[in-house]
Amino acid sequence: MTTPKSMKYESERDHDFSEWITGVVGSERIRNCIQCGICSSTCPVSHYMDYTPRRLINMARQGFKDEVLRSKTIWLCTSCYSCTTECPKLIKVTDVMYALKRKAIQERVYPRRFAIPILGKEFYKMVRAKGRITESRLMMIFMLKTNLLRIFTMSKMGLRLIRTGRMDYKPESVKRIKELQAVMDASSDRKGVSTS
Amino acid sequence: MKYSYYPGCSLKGTGKAYEESVLAIFETMGVEANEIDDWNCCGATAYMGVDESMAFGLAGRNLALAEREGATDVVVPCNACYLSLNKANKYIEEYPQVKEKTDKALAAGGLKYGGSLKVRHPLDVFVNDIGLSRIKDAVKTPLKDLKVAPYYGCQIVRPYAAFDSQRNPTSMDQLLDVLGADVVDYPLKTRCCSGSQTGSLPEVGLRLVYILLKEAKRRGADVIVTICPLCQFNLESYQDEVSKRYKEDLAIPILYFTQVMGLALGLSAQKVGLTRNLVHVFPTLDKREVGHV
Repeated sequence: MTTPKSMKYESERDHDFSEWITGVVGSERIRNCIQCGICSSTCPVSHYMDYTPRRLINMARQGFKDEVLRSKTIWLCTSCYSCTTECPKLIKVTDVMYALKRKAIQERVYPRRFAIPILGKEFYKMVRAKGRITESRLMMIFMLKTNLLRIFTMSKMGLRLIRTGRMDYKPESVKRIKELQAVMDASSDRKGVSTS
Repeated sequence: MKYSYYPGCSLKGTGKAYEESVLAIFETMGVEANEIDDWNCCGATAYMGVDESMAFGLAGRNLALAEREGATDVVVPCNACYLSLNKANKYIEEYPQVKEKTDKALAAGGLKYGGSLKVRHPLDVFVNDIGLSRIKDAVKTPLKDLKVAPYYGCQIVRPYAAFDSQRNPTSMDQLLDVLGADVVDYPLKTRCCSGSQTGSLPEVGLRLVYILLKEAKRRGADVIVTICPLCQFNLESYQDEVSKRYKEDLAIPILYFTQVMGLALGLSAQKVGLTRNLVHVFPTLDKREVGHV
């Protein structure tokens, strides 16, 4: 009996990509990885990932751009920083995940119907417009865009939050929004990249 | 003692009880905390993944505003905000290219950050600035016989261990101890609560919540005490859903450490926002005859 196995070929590697990732702030040490797997074993969600963090790090530095950027792994990272704390080679694995998320959005190859990038985007849009998040509004918009059914399972919780005064109707906003937007626009790495 | 105070979005929304209890304790302990005027979103987790420089710009504006108001220490109760501001502060110092970019961005808004601030968590302030002995002296109704599981969450000690051990933090354990509580050994104290994934990917998020609740129950805790609004929200609000999913009764009150502290210091339930909890602690308190509510 044969087991299916996919082979990787030199021609599939993108050297510019592996060059790029080592140049990103926080990802400099990626070439020092000894593939010990501590990042994967300490990760609370690695068993849900398509590639474990250890594998993803290796694939990223080898330049397998497409697989890396399209993986669900980067979106499953909860930013708990266990991997970063435990890495014996001081690789900031969480920062690597962030860098890959941003790249996947830039190149528009993130999993389209996957809920997590949608949440990131809605969060971003609300901050751009108001300067602050109004949690209840963000959750509502997010549910409408991703999972209508979950609104029903969560309505009971919503009612209890309203009753205890934890749902805010009034949108939170900063006063000097122009000042804030000027800071945001001047710091953006994404000039010319649409946020919609 | 005088601090600048950065609430963050959660403390104005689902985490209102946290803000109420933090401020009530500051007042009781004679700590002056001035809310930063016109603060904005910290540039939290969801943001870092979209545009990192902008996340630093957002955090930078908050730091610049606090510095302009003459602050030296900014107190940040939310773990995620605490890390965002801390990380921006550190990266601005560590990476010249981050500093240059952030400076330019702030200048576009007519602001400037000189890098003089320290980002602090209230737990750090209580244990290291006010001191445990002063808190012990202020206790009016000790939390006798209340079994408490201290849950720190992740971003308070990771990646930066600014004031406590990264693998086994104990400052909240010590604080609960002087309040008279019975501190349960809770080895999952810094394990991830899944952050926003309870909402975006329930089968992943709820599983992590389940593990945390189950362990606390198994160790006989009466309550879990948290120091982060997202941890509190995840552990409390999804209890029904998690109990149903795993066919186990996982109901347990989830309180902010400042709420528990307030009770011990003799503050009213109203004052520390206890009526905002979804799983009420009152029956537990009555049963254990802990203080008055």
